[in-house]
Amino acid sequence: MTTLAIHNARVIDPGLGRDSIADIVIVDGRISRVGPDEGSAVIEADRIDATGLVVAPGFIDLHTHLRQPGFEYKETIATGTAAAAAGGFTTVCAMPNTNPPLDSRAAVESVLREVEASAVVRVLPIGCITRGRAGKELAPAGELVDAGVVALSDDGDAVADPSLMRHALEYSTAFGLPISQHCEDPSLVRDGHMHEGWVATRLGLRGRPASAEETMVARDIALAELAGAHLHIAHVSTAGSVALIRAARERGAHITAEVTPHHLVLTHEEVAFDGDFGSVRYQTNAKVNPPLREEADVAALREALRDGVIDAIATDHAPHATMDKDIEFDLAAAGISGIETAFGLSMALVHEGVMTLPALLATLTSGPAAAWRLDRRPGLDGLGTLAPGAVGDVVLLDPSATWTVDASRLVSMGRNTPLDGRELRGRVVATVAGGQIVHRLDTVGAL
Amino acid sequence: MTTEAGRATELGTEAASSAAEQPTWGHHDVLDLDDFRRDEIVTVLDVADSMREVLDRRIARVPALRGYTVVNLFYEASTRTRASFELAGKVLGADVISISASTSSVQKGESLIDTVRTLRAMRADAVVLRHASAGAAYLAAEHTDASIINAGDGAHAHPTQALLDLYTMRSHFGDLAGKQVVMVGDIAHSRVARSDLWGLTTMGAHVVMCGPPTLLPRGFRPGERPSHAESALPPVTIEPDIDRALEGAHVVMALRLQSERQQGGLLPSLHEYAQRYQVTEKRLERAHPDHLLMHPGPKNEGIEIAAEMASGGRSIIEEQVTNGVAVRMALLYLLAGYTEPFPAAGDGGA
Repeated sequence: MTTLAIHNARVIDPGLGRDSIADIVIVDGRISRVGPDEGSAVIEADRIDATGLVVAPGFIDLHTHLRQPGFEYKETIATGTAAAAAGGFTTVCAMPNTNPPLDSRAAVESVLREVEASAVVRVLPIGCITRGRAGKELAPAGELVDAGVVALSDDGDAVADPSLMRHALEYSTAFGLPISQHCEDPSLVRDGHMHEGWVATRLGLRGRPASAEETMVARDIALAELAGAHLHIAHVSTAGSVALIRAARERGAHITAEVTPHHLVLTHEEVAFDGDFGSVRYQTNAKVNPPLREEADVAALREALRDGVIDAIATDHAPHATMDKDIEFDLAAAGISGIETAFGLSMALVHEGVMTLPALLATLTSGPAAAWRLDRRPGLDGLGTLAPGAVGDVVLLDPSATWTVDASRLVSMGRNTPLDGRELRGRVVATVAGGQIVHRLDTVGAL
Repeated sequence: MTTEAGRATELGTEAASSAAEQPTWGHHDVLDLDDFRRDEIVTVLDVADSMREVLDRRIARVPALRGYTVVNLFYEASTRTRASFELAGKVLGADVISISASTSSVQKGESLIDTVRTLRAMRADAVVLRHASAGAAYLAAEHTDASIINAGDGAHAHPTQALLDLYTMRSHFGDLAGKQVVMVGDIAHSRVARSDLWGLTTMGAHVVMCGPPTLLPRGFRPGERPSHAESALPPVTIEPDIDRALEGAHVVMALRLQSERQQGGLLPSLHEYAQRYQVTEKRLERAHPDHLLMHPGPKNEGIEIAAEMASGGRSIIEEQVTNGVAVRMALLYLLAGYTEPFPAAGDGGA
C-alpha cells in the first residue's frame, strides 16, 4: 500500500464546491480522504508540505497533440505527457492527426500500447471522424469506440462537406460521443496565415476572417440540432462564435465548447509588433489556427468562459520543431506549444478580475470532465474532482508566483511559444498523477 | 521640375552643411519604409541625385564600391528590378552576381536562412532579396549580418520601388507636402502600394486609394482598427469611385492588375475592370492640370492603363525606370557606409 499525504493546502475542488484548508490523502492511486488534519492521521506516508499552496484536481486537456506516431521529431508520447505534467495536466485527450491517423482500431491500440509504455499522465485518444481525415467517408466509429476513443475529430481539417458532417453527427449518437470540430471553412481561409484585419494588411499577409469560423459554427450547430447530436466546438476564437454558441445552448442544443489560453489573452498584434508600431516582425510562434484575434474577441471569450457558455480551457498544445517555425511565415507550421504555460497564462483572468480562482480552476477540471462526460467512463469515476475513490490526480499551484517563460527550458520538444521571455503570474508547483509525483519544482519541500 | 542648376545648388548646400551635421542614415538593412524617418528618406533622395548625375555621364562608371559584393537573390522572376540592381552595383564598381533561386529548393530543405548564411560566408556584403513570402527579407536580416535589401516580399513591401517613386515625384514637384497621390487598382495585393503609402505619408503627401472593394485592403477605414493602433497604418482616404478619387490629383499611379484576380473570383472580368477602373485620358481630365502619371510596371496596357496614356505626355513611367537605378545606387552606397552624396564630376570623383 502506498500513501501520499499532502498537508495544509488550500484545497479548491470546484466540482464539489470545496475551498478550504485541508489535507489530502491518496492511497494506492486513489483519493482516500480530504479534510483538516487527515494527513496527520496516516502513519506511513510520503508527505508534501503544501502550506501556502493551492491544491486542485489534476487538469484535463480536451485538445492535445502528442505527435506520435509519425512526427516524433516534434513530440512523443513520453515528452508530451511529461510536458503535460509540468503544466499541471493529468489527463490529456490526444488528437488523431498522427501518421497514420487514428482512424482504425489498430492505430488507436498501437497508441495505447505506447501510452502504457511511456506516458507520464493519462492519455485518452480521440478518433478520426473520417478515414484518413480526408473528409470523404466516415471512419469506423464503432470500432474506434471499442478501442477506447473518447471523442471524434478530424482536428485541423474540418469536415467541409455539410452532408458528411450531418451523417457523422447522426452516427455519433449511437455511441453518445462528442464530435469536436475545428470550425474554419477551408475555402474562406485558403492561403490565409493570420487573422484577417489591419495587422494582416500591415504585414501583407492574407487573412483568415472571423466569418470563416462563424459560418461553420452556425452550420454545425444547425446540423447537430438536426441530428440530436453532441457537437463540441474546438478552440472558439471569435465574438461571433460565442454569440452563436450562447444562443444554441439557450435553445437546449447539446453544444459544448473550449477556448485556449492564447485566445483568452493574446491578440493578432502579437504576430507583428513587439512594443510600438514603428516596425514589424513576423512572429511564426504566434501563428496558430484559428488565428489570434482582436481585443473585442478576447473580451467576448473571457465573458463566455466566466458565464459557462464555454465549458473548458483546452490548450491545443501543438509542438513543432524549430525547422517548422524558423522559416518564411506563410510556409511555417501553425500551432503553439502551450501546455506548460496554460495555467500561468490563464491566470491573467483571475489577476485581472474576470473570474475567481475556483471558477478558473473549474474550467480546467470539472468543466472539461463534464463536457465530455469523462467522469462516467469506466475507472474514471469522479475525474476532475477530489471525491473519495476518484483517481489520485492533483496539482499543487502557487497562483501568485511569478516566473519567466524560457522556451529553451520547456519540457516539451516544441519550443514554439510566443511567450518566450514573458513573465507569467501563477505557477504549477507539483503534479501528482495516480498518487505518483510526476512533476515537482525544486522549491517544493517534503515534510 | 528641379533643373540641373537647382540640383547643383542643392548639392552645394549639402556639401556646405555636411561638416556641421551629418546626413542621417542609420539603416543596416532596407526592409520597408515604415521605419524610415523623413530625414532618412531625404538623405536617400539627395544621394540619389548625385547618383543620377553619375548615371548620366558618358561613361557611367565610378569605383566607389570596388571590393563590395552584392548578391541578387531572386526567388521570383523579375526582369526590371533585377536588372536595375545589377546595373546599380556595376556602375559603382561593385561585384554583382545574380542567383535565380527556385522556391522548389525550399522543398528540398534548403532554407532561406541557410542560403543567406552561405552567401555571407562567401563574403557577400549586401543581399538583394526578392521572394514570394511576405516577411522573407525580415527572416533573412535576422540571420545574417550582410545588409538585406528587400526587393519585394510577397504582398508586403517593395521599398526601393517606393523610394524611386518618391525620387521621381520630388524631381518634378520639389516638395511632396500637400500633394495628392491617387493609387488605382489592386491595392490589397500590392507590395508597391504598401511601401509607397509609408513613404508618401511620411513626406507629407495625401494618399487616396481607389479600386473595386474586393481589391482594397482592410484596416484603413475608420473603425477598422482600435484607437490605440491609429498609427499602425498610414492615414489614407479610400474612394472606390474613380472619378471622385481623381479629382485634383497631382499624381496618378496605376497598379498592375494580375489576371489571377479574375480566376480567384475577385473580379467578374478584366473587361469590366477596365471599363470601371482604367486610367484613361477622359478620366484624367479631373486631375490637376500638371498631374503626373506613374506605373510601377510591368504594365497591362488596355487593362489598368489606356495604351495611349502610358506613353503620353503626362507619363513619367520611363523616368521611373531610370531613376530606379540611381536610387538603388544610392542605397548600396549608403549601406556600404558612405553617408554623403557622391562627389560631382570635377570634385575629385572618378
